[in-house]
Amino acid sequence: MNLHEHQSKELFRQFNIPVPAGDAAFDAEQALAVARGLGGSRWIVKAQVHAGGRGKAGGVKIVNSEAELSTVVKGYLGKSLVTHQTDSAGLPISRVLVESLSEIEREIYLGALIDRASKRIVFMASAEGGMDIEEVAANQPEKILKVMIDPVAGLQPFQTRQIGFGLGLTGDQIKQLGSIMNSLYQIFTQHDVSLIEINPLIVTKQGKLMALDAKVGIDDNALYRQKALLELRDKTQENQRELEADEHGLNYVSLDGNIGCMVNGAGLAMATMDEIKLQGGDPANFLDVGGGTTAEKVAEAFKLILSDEKVKAILVNIFGGIVRCDLIADGIIRAVKEVGVSIPVIVRLEGTNVDQGKALLAASDVKIISADDLEDGAKKAVASIGGKA
Amino acid sequence: MSILINKETRVICQGFTGKQGSFHTEQAIAYGTRMVGGVTPGKGGQTHLELPVFNTVADAVKQTGADATMIYVPAPFCADAILEAADAGIKVIVCITEHIPVQDMLRVKAALEHSGSYLIGPNCPGIITSGECKIGIMPGAIHKKGRIGIISRSGTLTYEAVHQTTQNGLGQTTCIGIGGDPIHGMNFIDCLELFEQDPETEGVVMVGEIGGTAEEQAAEYIRDHFSKPVVSYIAGVTAPAGKRMGHAGAIIAGGKGTADEKFAALQAAGVATVDSPSKIGRKMKQLLS
Repeated sequence: MNLHEHQSKELFRQFNIPVPAGDAAFDAEQALAVARGLGGSRWIVKAQVHAGGRGKAGGVKIVNSEAELSTVVKGYLGKSLVTHQTDSAGLPISRVLVESLSEIEREIYLGALIDRASKRIVFMASAEGGMDIEEVAANQPEKILKVMIDPVAGLQPFQTRQIGFGLGLTGDQIKQLGSIMNSLYQIFTQHDVSLIEINPLIVTKQGKLMALDAKVGIDDNALYRQKALLELRDKTQENQRELEADEHGLNYVSLDGNIGCMVNGAGLAMATMDEIKLQGGDPANFLDVGGGTTAEKVAEAFKLILSDEKVKAILVNIFGGIVRCDLIADGIIRAVKEVGVSIPVIVRLEGTNVDQGKALLAASDVKIISADDLEDGAKKAVASIGGKA
Repeated sequence: MSILINKETRVICQGFTGKQGSFHTEQAIAYGTRMVGGVTPGKGGQTHLELPVFNTVADAVKQTGADATMIYVPAPFCADAILEAADAGIKVIVCITEHIPVQDMLRVKAALEHSGSYLIGPNCPGIITSGECKIGIMPGAIHKKGRIGIISRSGTLTYEAVHQTTQNGLGQTTCIGIGGDPIHGMNFIDCLELFEQDPETEGVVMVGEIGGTAEEQAAEYIRDHFSKPVVSYIAGVTAPAGKRMGHAGAIIAGGKGTADEKFAALQAAGVATVDSPSKIGRKMKQLLS
């Protein structure tokens, strides 16, 4: 789960990380109140969406009067912002962050994540702040400083000094950075963070370090013990079909193709998408119905796949392990009838009681194309929509 | 021969009296696994499925001589269950549970570093030595005693590989689902080291997926240290970047962890790769004939 920038900054404030003065606003009136509270006559308005690249996409504007502030805020709210990290529909803007302007001397990147290879929380920093850090990592990896944190010992002062001096900070700034990194580490470990980023962390003209942006992602598996953060969840920023799938205990990811997939198991679901591509088709989705598949879940999965208008055929690929194939077949037949599926459904069943399952499908009055293995299933699915076969 | 577990392995179940623990213990017994008891705190002294229940893993080990455990406790309690098993000296710890917070696993991994225990999973189907010992949720019937070792990050894709090697008569020695989480126990290399030493394993199927660099590291290990034929398949060629594909660990992050990179690394190391899981069995048969 991702937090909005204004929520992340609120968290930063609680841990004494300096951030610009400001607050979130949900309408123009509120924005004006925030601006007046901040004082001055120039402010920065930042559209709040769960995506990077907002600046380049026009989602961040400096305003020079109250009138301009209102115009800009009204221009944002209710619209969608498209950035290089969103899809072509963009993400809806339901709130903005209004802040005082900061005088920037230099920009730094500072972030922390869980490194799978070392099995450690790793801090990363770069003097190339404000840039797309993935680009820096890809093209100039030597410009990224890293320290790995021993989970037992925790973040050590020498590690913050390594980063500080490595960034070319001096004097009191080294201490400021140490304090910020300590706070980030506390947030990371106390709040089950999976990714935390300050891009940019600025040095102001007055020599103070300050988090100009803030990005925090929380481990979904730990939300049960992060109840306060869970309340900050903004579902409008999530894919609506994926959200609906989640409510039914299904794992679903939208793709661009036209062959819907229903599979048990994440690995097999990916393999099914790959096989469709290999046979000349395009998968419309990733969908894992999970291990303990029931007839109800199968029906929900069909509805979900069919809610995507691009879908022209459905490939069902189930390897029945503990769940028996005859039960799955029964579930498919009932779901096809109940949901009223009118496009080709190709079913590949394998595993426990596969013969009974196939017999049920063959004997039923619903039109189902049976396949022998994954390759055969994908071929038939592609052929069913008149594609390459 | 086989690796890690065999018909002598004495297995307990943590979360024994729960629904999942009960069901899969029954399945394991039906397969011939030597189940010797289980642990449910507060229910020590009772009998469940005709086996003794213990309050602690230490008690269970003392009374039964257990050297393997399968963990079916809910995610919030798994870190504790794994560490309890390691503390009691259990050699093979198999954690099936999905959705364990990743920072719990960071701490568990660090704590296990200097223990003598092997951790399999979490978020995995488990481990099975065909015809001898099943610790996990895999369907026992598709397995057949034979010559192939299987290592996989995915559950149902493991079953595909098992099914095909059973169908074409190769059979399996031991199959290990190492799990779909970003931080997990045994990795590909840990398993490959054991398969290299196992005289009955003649070839290995390695099933990977997007996310992380475990397959690339395994490729280097295979090139330098592994003498037996390896067939590998990687799932997720069509997976979009930045999206978690079911498994917590199946994500292309920062442009890293793509299936293409993994295929390339494996091919460069001389591994026989297949572009479809349907071809795993055929390819292995061809390599061994």
